[in-house]
Amino acid sequence: MTSEVVLGLAKGRTLEAELDLLARLDIAPLEDLHTSRKLVFATNQPDLKIMVLRGMDVATYVEHGIADLGMTGRDTLLEHGGSGFYEPLDLGLGRCQMIVAGLADEGDLPARLKVATKFTTRAKQYYASSGIQVDIIRLYGAMELAPVTGLAHRIVDLVETGNTLRANGLVPLDMIEEISTRLIVNKIAYKTKFARIRSLIDALEQAVADTSLTTHDKTA
Amino acid sequence: MTTIAGRWLLPDGVEDVLPPQAKQLEQIRRRLLDLYETWGYSYVIPPMIEFLESLLTGTGHDLDLKTFKVVDLLSGRTMGIRADITPQVARIDAHSLNREGVMRLCYAGTVVQSQPDTMLANRTPISVGAELFGETSSKADLEIVSLMAESLRSLGLDRLHIELGDVAIFRQMMENLSISYEKKNILFELVQKKALAELRESAVSFGLSSDDVELICNLPSLCGDQSVLAEARTVFNKNNGVLECINNLEHIADALDSRFSDLNIYFDLSELRGYAYHTGIVFAACVDGFGEVIAKGGRYDYIGEVFGRDARGATGFSINIRSLLAPTIINESEKKRVCLGTIPKAMPDALWQEIQRLRADGYIVVETAFEKAVGTDKMDGFDFILEYIDDQWQLLDLEKHL
Repeated sequence: MTSEVVLGLAKGRTLEAELDLLARLDIAPLEDLHTSRKLVFATNQPDLKIMVLRGMDVATYVEHGIADLGMTGRDTLLEHGGSGFYEPLDLGLGRCQMIVAGLADEGDLPARLKVATKFTTRAKQYYASSGIQVDIIRLYGAMELAPVTGLAHRIVDLVETGNTLRANGLVPLDMIEEISTRLIVNKIAYKTKFARIRSLIDALEQAVADTSLTTHDKTA
Repeated sequence: MTTIAGRWLLPDGVEDVLPPQAKQLEQIRRRLLDLYETWGYSYVIPPMIEFLESLLTGTGHDLDLKTFKVVDLLSGRTMGIRADITPQVARIDAHSLNREGVMRLCYAGTVVQSQPDTMLANRTPISVGAELFGETSSKADLEIVSLMAESLRSLGLDRLHIELGDVAIFRQMMENLSISYEKKNILFELVQKKALAELRESAVSFGLSSDDVELICNLPSLCGDQSVLAEARTVFNKNNGVLECINNLEHIADALDSRFSDLNIYFDLSELRGYAYHTGIVFAACVDGFGEVIAKGGRYDYIGEVFGRDARGATGFSINIRSLLAPTIINESEKKRVCLGTIPKAMPDALWQEIQRLRADGYIVVETAFEKAVGTDKMDGFDFILEYIDDQWQLLDLEKHL
């Protein structure tokens, strides 16, 4: 019956790494994802299809069972807050941190801070659990600009190296979450296509474990 | 709202059921209630609104958030619009009926939810279900799961997946841990997400013993076919309470398997659906190709206590029949539809009697003239036209007549 499995991948900086990981499982799309205008791709495995989506959309497609599995950043999962999927595996790709940052010389701050972020849900949680009431300003990009121009006092954003922060006179103040790409699985698909999906998860887990071993060797 | 759109827009997650789906929904409802009658379940009709205290007793935070609240202008107390019928039926068993011995009750009705289950879920599900009170043994669970499976099979659904779990396993593990309620909650959420990496990290940081860390990290992977039960026995070989749960699950699965040959039985020992009020076995059903749980239930002993009666076994399930519209196949012989031809004006009584006779014979007779009936849509679903020819009533096949 419907044993076809659909895997949603997040567009952007981690897509290449996600495809590399799949290649190690001998899974490869039949067309070049970068040149084709298609959004759904057949692979060399007849029962597996790949969809390429925005990170947040991966979670939505998996939650509604259109995609059975997905690979997307933990940052988007924290914002999405859906409960229709499992998060069984840390794929270890695209590692970065969600941090709070402010101006290096921020001077006296008012009691009620303004915080600019793309991650409004997690930022609200973070400040609420720290016992601090803040006003959240939703921005879609160039967070560093907000404190510099006086739009906000602090920002909550992802950093990899911290170079952009430093270049704009900002310093990291607190780390909120370690972020990396996660494998998510629709809960119903996990039950109804159990054998196929479990074998995929196991293979991915093995591939991830092998990768972390080899990178460890390199650094040693 | 003064715009035209403001007058017809429905709230998010609220929708009409139109023909022909409305009829199908009603057929599903009737068929299920008829089935429950043959299994000895008595029908109850609880009210749409109740005082909040009785609606939310022993049900946990989730249901509170889902319940619309209004103030009763007669008493000044807060009332809730029911978001779940099960607690109402439990109240009926514990208080309104308060009979000794085993009680079987069933119900069907609309519930109203302020927060939908998922982004696109309907906020006014039509809930049909059955509850069995006063029996703590697994016999009751087997009966309820069987009835749940039979409900879906009676609607023509095959390729059913039945999922079995037991929240008592996680409950017992948590009882053995001396960590705060908040920390237990974090573990609970991570187990539900099967987020293994975070689960291990949190369990270690909460200072659990290495044995306990292993136990709790094993739990999310204990899912799949019957072979996981053997695996679970090795993992929990020191915990008699858990072993008992596993034996019980196996017993129910075996019995189900011999009762129904076509069920796919799936176990998930970390499934914690309805953890706030379930106390033992939990179960759910889904169908290939439909990405949602279509029926679910479980054991919720001790709910009787909060209504002022002794702890009493309770187990049951409910089905949101709105979600069954797409997959259900009901083969019902379609009744033939009749419209009226050119009837002599002088004989209204004879016409009325003929129409009533035809209706009693199982025809659908619409008192509309042929010209009007076909005005909009070719035949508008009519099969026959009633004419008075040669001094007698005749049904003419509309297709040939045209």
